Amino acid sequence: MKRGVGKFAVNAAGLLVALFAVFPVFWMVSTSLKPNEEIFSATPQPVPREPTLRHYRDVLIGDVIPGVSFTDFFLNSALVAVATVLLSGLLALLAATAVARFRFRLRTSFLVMLLVVQMIPLEALVIPLFLMIRRLGLYNQLPGLVLVYLGFSLPFAVWMLRGFVAAVPGELEEAAAIDGASRWQTFWRVLLPLVAPGLVATSIFSFITAWNELIFALTFISTEDRYTLPVAMTFFFGRDDTAWGSVMAASTLLTLPVMIFFVLVQRRMVSGLVAGAVKG
Amino acid sequence: MTTLTRTSEDVAAGPTTARRRPRRDRLPYLLLLPALLVIAVLLLWPLGQVVAMSFHELGIRQLRGDQPWPWVGLANYAEILGDPFFRTVLRNTVLFAAANVVLTMVLGTLVGLLLNRLGRRMAAFVGGCVMLAWATPALTGAIVWKWLFDDTSGLVTWLFNQLPDGLSLALFGRTDWTGYGWFNSPLTFFAVLTLVVVWHSFPFVAVSVLAGLKSVPAELQEAARVDGAGPWRVFWSVTFPLLRPVFGILVVLSTIWDFKVFTQQYVLAGGTQDRSTFMLSIYSYAMAFSPPPKFGMGSAIAVVLTAILLVVTGIYVRMVLRQEES
Repeated sequence: MKRGVGKFAVNAAGLLVALFAVFPVFWMVSTSLKPNEEIFSATPQPVPREPTLRHYRDVLIGDVIPGVSFTDFFLNSALVAVATVLLSGLLALLAATAVARFRFRLRTSFLVMLLVVQMIPLEALVIPLFLMIRRLGLYNQLPGLVLVYLGFSLPFAVWMLRGFVAAVPGELEEAAAIDGASRWQTFWRVLLPLVAPGLVATSIFSFITAWNELIFALTFISTEDRYTLPVAMTFFFGRDDTAWGSVMAASTLLTLPVMIFFVLVQRRMVSGLVAGAVKG
Repeated sequence: MTTLTRTSEDVAAGPTTARRRPRRDRLPYLLLLPALLVIAVLLLWPLGQVVAMSFHELGIRQLRGDQPWPWVGLANYAEILGDPFFRTVLRNTVLFAAANVVLTMVLGTLVGLLLNRLGRRMAAFVGGCVMLAWATPALTGAIVWKWLFDDTSGLVTWLFNQLPDGLSLALFGRTDWTGYGWFNSPLTFFAVLTLVVVWHSFPFVAVSVLAGLKSVPAELQEAARVDGAGPWRVFWSVTFPLLRPVFGILVVLSTIWDFKVFTQQYVLAGGTQDRSTFMLSIYSYAMAFSPPPKFGMGSAIAVVLTAILLVVTGIYVRMVLRQEES
């Protein structure tokens, strides 16, 4: 009897937690699909009674200011994030291979530095990086953003990828070497395919870092047509308190890629990496 | 020279790797070089720069003409530390971080314990929902909460209007919540900001605590329960000591994150105009980027923030070392 009541209480608490966690996300999507009369109605409804894609159309079609539209911001963000992912992935793979496959003098120091560097509050670096970017002539240039995001995502990317490289049994590479493969071939044909899932997971992390970032984009970009999505959100959507339908539609569009990727990483992390490789 | 390098390498590598085919070439350094360069130029150098800048007067004139920066020694620090407003900002930051760390840890731990108790399917469902809060970008999360607390059509405003008038009057001294500005007074602003930040950060704690619980044998807690210990006692005498390292890391990470909250604050306050709700990171930013720009002063505030976080990290490292010794 007591056990039954306890189980009920535990499940009820679980539902409460789920509701608290998911409700804002649900409300964002729900609001974005409601016509204005329902959004500003005196008795709010949980789900739209007459769902509409009007707000999405308003956001995606038509200019925010003359000549600049939401899709421009979306493309800017995607461009910056993809460039960050490619650079960060490449450099992280090289560095991770170094620390996972070689023993050298500064190896431990490098690993400790990776940990310490992740504790630096990036918010404190806005001022010096702003001056540096100006001096490099990268002010108001998207590549300037790519550069700083590369710096922010790299330490964690190396740290994460290191584990994936280490998980590939060294015997496979030694076997390839015995078969006469050069170092480059071994890396390209043996190590890379096996590390690929780890590289995907790491890339998604770097993507999310670049895609979500606000402060540096706010500071380093000055003309509207180069705004990334987060900057545009705070300027055009977050400040207009009357058009909540469009604000929620834009928020949903910004959130969606991150959520999809996030779920993918969660799966990748747990999937067995090279389960059959050694046996086979 | 080479022999010297070789021996120190072998000592560092230890006996396990000595058996492996030794590779003593330049390759690892070459592989490491690009990453090292990026970290040095984009993280370490700016960190040194921000300290150097805090000792200089650095405004729009120095920036425009690329003139040398006048050295002012500790004047920037003397100015901010003597400023009552800075002390208010510092107090707000510390209180906010403390409240948020405690609330995040308590809620996250409770949810972690709960997920451990739930049945398989229910745990997957609740875990999935919790994961969505975690995956939401800080920016859009804050925008949605701002909409929920909107003073005319926000759901929270509607909910408060549904309270019986007598109860609402007795508790809060008002019955009509339409037009109530949640973000206009510092107290309610920080309350909502706390809600937003805790909502976004408790999932990480919950998932980490759950992972910790899965890694320790459940028999220990079971045994304590059989011996008649209540849930409170089981947690503090069995679970907590076992998961102490996990809790240590989580507290330090939460402290670091909650000390430098920026995005959510920026969104809820609608920019950097509202000085009454400033905390260190946004104060430093406003000092440097609101006209007239004072980069030296902004840097000094950023250094104070970094120093506090350094102390937190230091305490944690000592905590870990002491544990290893005993």
